Amino acid sequence: MNQLDFPILTLITFLPALGVIFIMLMNKEETSTIRWTAFMTTFINFLFSLPLFFYFNAGSTEMQFVEKASWIKEYGISYFVGIDGISLLLILLATFFAPICVVACWKDIKDKVKEFMICLLLLETGMIGVFVSLDLFLFYVFWEVMLIPMYLLIGVWGAPARRIYAAIKFFLFTMFGSLLMLVAILVLYFFNHSVTGEYTFNLLKLYELSIPLNIQTWLFLAFFLAFAIKVPMFPFHTWLPDAHTEAPTVGSVLLAAVLLKMGTYGFLRFSMPLFPVASHDFIPLISILAIIGIIYGALVSMVQKDLKRLVAFSSVSHLGFVMLGLFALNIQGVQGGLIQMINHGLSTGALFLIVGMIYERRHTRMIADFGGLSKVMPVFATFFMIVTLSSIGLPGLNGFVGEFLILIGTFKSNVVYAVFAATGVIFAAVYMLWMFQRVMFGEITKEENRNLKDLSLREIGVLVPILIFIFWIGLYPKTFLGKTEASVQHFLNEFNKKYEASIQKKDNTHAVNKTEELIVKK
Amino acid sequence: MLDYVWLVPLFPIIGAIINGIFGTKLSKKTVGVVACGVIGLSFLVSVLVFFSLLQLPPESRSFEKIIYTWIAAGDLKTTVGFLVDPLSMIMMLTVSGVSFLIHIYSVGYMHDDEGFKRYFTYLNLFVFSMLVLVCANNFLMMFVGWEGVGLCSYLLIGFWYQRKEPADAGKKAFVVNRIGDYGFLLAMMLIFVTFGTLNFKEVFNIAHYNFQVGSMVITAITLLLFVGATGKSAQIPLYTWLPDAMEGPTPVSALIHAATMVTAGVYMVVRCNVLFTLAPISLTVVAIIGVVTAVFTASIALAANDIKRVLAYSTISQLGYMFLACGVGAFSAGIFHLMTHAFFKALLFLGAGSVMHAMAGELDMRKMGALKSHMPRTYWTFLIATLAIAGIFPFAGFFSKDEILWNAFQKNTVLWVLGAGAALMTAFYMFRAVFMTFHGESRVDEEVAKHLHESPSVMTSPLVVLAILSAIGGFVGIPIIKGANVFHDFLAPVTGEHLAGSAKVTLTNLAYASSTAVSSGEAVHHPVGLEVLMMAISLAIALGGLGLAYYMYIKNPSLPKRLAEKFKLLYHLICNKYFVDEIYDFLFVNPIKRGSEILWTFFDVRVVDGMVNGSGRFVEFGSSVLKRIQTGYVQNYALSILVGIGAIIAYFLFM
Repeated sequence: MNQLDFPILTLITFLPALGVIFIMLMNKEETSTIRWTAFMTTFINFLFSLPLFFYFNAGSTEMQFVEKASWIKEYGISYFVGIDGISLLLILLATFFAPICVVACWKDIKDKVKEFMICLLLLETGMIGVFVSLDLFLFYVFWEVMLIPMYLLIGVWGAPARRIYAAIKFFLFTMFGSLLMLVAILVLYFFNHSVTGEYTFNLLKLYELSIPLNIQTWLFLAFFLAFAIKVPMFPFHTWLPDAHTEAPTVGSVLLAAVLLKMGTYGFLRFSMPLFPVASHDFIPLISILAIIGIIYGALVSMVQKDLKRLVAFSSVSHLGFVMLGLFALNIQGVQGGLIQMINHGLSTGALFLIVGMIYERRHTRMIADFGGLSKVMPVFATFFMIVTLSSIGLPGLNGFVGEFLILIGTFKSNVVYAVFAATGVIFAAVYMLWMFQRVMFGEITKEENRNLKDLSLREIGVLVPILIFIFWIGLYPKTFLGKTEASVQHFLNEFNKKYEASIQKKDNTHAVNKTEELIVKK
Repeated sequence: MLDYVWLVPLFPIIGAIINGIFGTKLSKKTVGVVACGVIGLSFLVSVLVFFSLLQLPPESRSFEKIIYTWIAAGDLKTTVGFLVDPLSMIMMLTVSGVSFLIHIYSVGYMHDDEGFKRYFTYLNLFVFSMLVLVCANNFLMMFVGWEGVGLCSYLLIGFWYQRKEPADAGKKAFVVNRIGDYGFLLAMMLIFVTFGTLNFKEVFNIAHYNFQVGSMVITAITLLLFVGATGKSAQIPLYTWLPDAMEGPTPVSALIHAATMVTAGVYMVVRCNVLFTLAPISLTVVAIIGVVTAVFTASIALAANDIKRVLAYSTISQLGYMFLACGVGAFSAGIFHLMTHAFFKALLFLGAGSVMHAMAGELDMRKMGALKSHMPRTYWTFLIATLAIAGIFPFAGFFSKDEILWNAFQKNTVLWVLGAGAALMTAFYMFRAVFMTFHGESRVDEEVAKHLHESPSVMTSPLVVLAILSAIGGFVGIPIIKGANVFHDFLAPVTGEHLAGSAKVTLTNLAYASSTAVSSGEAVHHPVGLEVLMMAISLAIALGGLGLAYYMYIKNPSLPKRLAEKFKLLYHLICNKYFVDEIYDFLFVNPIKRGSEILWTFFDVRVVDGMVNGSGRFVEFGSSVLKRIQTGYVQNYALSILVGIGAIIAYFLFM
């Protein structure tokens, strides 16, 4: 179904790539023109993505804005894109953050501006591509495409000391997971052929397969590894603190806001619908890892001395919540997980921007180098406070809506999980407020901090749009939850249907074997 | 007018937004007028709503106003909505009224502070949250207010953030409160799973009709809710944040940490009285925690020398009383004490603030004395409040405290003995504070003495209003005489307690009425003579405390010192607040900190990353070995080809 009769998804996906071509043609000395081109491209792209939201039919459970064209016919590879409620908000999150990032790095990046903007725009194409692809091959292409610009962002523009280590670590971790996923995709592809006689990477067709349990388990594990590393779930998280810490500000922002969501999105879009029985069997393992992540991330955050590292570990904790919600496998849990992906994007994205702003001024990220900033930067203090509270999950702000739904959903499916997970609520308050206190309160102890300038108009302009959504989702989440509910309900119905069908089949074959045995015995 | 109840919390938030965003461009005067004005409007609307509510017959005094659907997913549907009934009405009036007075006082108190605008923004935000808390029609909305007041408390305790102590105290308050909130959160989940809704009325109706007394799940819910209450209302074991909260500006202590926010736990228990009545175990827990807290913290107040700390421990102790009332099923008595306490404790704190104002911020009562003549208005109002809290007839505290003790007595003599003991201590330490501050010889520093002055009238007029309320506020709840306990009767539809004359069971209050019919029936049969006797006893106890304080601090001022030397160990223990903070640090805070450190440096860096880097090094090592084979000499390669061919041939020949 495409309600616009216009290839809008293609446009949104490839407009940034078009911008890349323009920028390539420019002289690299003209940094201002390059910046403006990048900004206009991303901003117009954001405007183009708005109709997705307004024309999105919230009542429909089908894929929308669909475009389909054969790509490599012999192998059943097609250019097949479309979205539903699960991907809608994530795409908007990506198009929303792209112009913000361009503006945020306006002054920060002085070196190799042209290349930087090219990476940024390519990254946007990759991110959106991942979320719109409905063909596994296409999905894999975008998944890998997006790795390279991110690798370069960390490796070239990162903090000099450890950027190479961090970039390679990021690359190898992700690569390791995605190679196994590639193998799994191919197994799936050939398995489908052996059953239906058709070669296809079409995800919707693959959904209809019923895969024997032992194969499901292996395929699930392969996908799991790829996505769990991306999320990142405990204990696959150690690349994240390094990548975040060494990446330039906007690299961290996009990494936190959008890239991590590819992991959680992957579970919803691929693992769970393709391998329902295996997914169901792995609920305890994943839930326990998620809970460990929630508590572990929070505890380790508490003792960090580096601001960015602290925020990075808090991401491990927050995404633990998301995973827990998704695998609660009921409407509250999944809806909560979905909205929490957006929330985490907004608040952690904003936190990295905020850390970037003081880093620009002081060229240090160490908590101990600050203290008493409220006095000299009152406007900054206000923004920082609101974002901190959003991250803590204060009711009225966005974080609470997601956390509450997730906890309700988890409680419904397993009380013990919820009891443990909810302790994360306490710890979040501890590490965030303690950090805030050390950075913002107290007396100014360092001379350098005495003359810090408060936020400029540009910086306020970067943060205000995020704050609007922090309040909007917190006060009136219906705007967003309403768009996703039908798709999530559909997802759950399908999941249960398939799960029950496979279980029954298993029982049946079991029964058949039993009767055969009996016959043989007779 | 009932339809406009949403205006009550709306006005304060408008004030907070105006002062928060445009505050820097406004003059101090405008900021003050806006901040006080919005609270005044809020109070005005509350009064109008109150009169509309009175128009209705008692049994239908319950009105819900739904604004919009907030969080919804599947069968979960929560609304932004308000509930007007006698209970929320009393809370609305108390909160907005006392807030209004304290706002006015603050204009004078904070006048020279550079954070003037920030202060009023936070204060308005607080009143907004508090009103949301008490007007909410469902658990989730209540939680919004609950967390909101916690946030404002954090911001206002740490208002003077440049000093370390306030910032630490603010954080401590927030974190300890969050531990309580954890209980509240779990309770909410359990309520939703059990009842399928979070709406108060629906939950209470289902609970009443479908659950038996002693039901496990209701017991669990109420105990979890009570964990939340112990956090917010500073009861054992989560009370330690409140004394530290005194680092905030004194009007904040008066408003948040005495009159309103800390009573939220009591309000919540009373709001859920239907649930608590179904869970006798929980009620027992509430009563025991309440009375033990009352005694325990009153004993700390005996030896405290910081005037605000005395008041802080006194607050915890009085909150313990309120929980005691709830625990013995006397919910309206709890709310009654909540209201009178709001008057006299706010007054005491404001009085202490006035003293501080005169003494350049001095808090130590050992450096005060004989202030009576310098600040007569402060003295007289402070004295009235002290008479009220000590429970001397006919001041407000007498009626409310007596009702609690009487109810406790009917339930269990031990509870009464403990409660009476706390009452004795209360009278003692409060008069001790009065005598040390205002009477006896002056111990004021010479430098400070020169500037002693009465506070300006913007500060003393609220004192006078509160003093009047503390003096006569108790008359809305006169015991014994039939029909004279107006307060009790007004609350009856919510709390389900009925006096003989007014026991009208109707459709709406049926849910509440029958559950407590038994206990109220019992109450009526007690002879009036016994009740009068108990009153006399509690009055005697209060006077005893007064007399003892007089004897020790006016007649024999050297006696306290001698006593302290004689009972050195005990004195040391009390002075150090029984070392509870240190014990908590030792048991929880430090292990968590150290454990996290180990998790990070050992597990994250060594184990996980060690494996990652190790596998990298393994590959590197492997290739460094293998690369030796790549010699680049043709003859070497030819040799290996030859060996290979030989091996293959051998395989086929011999296997």
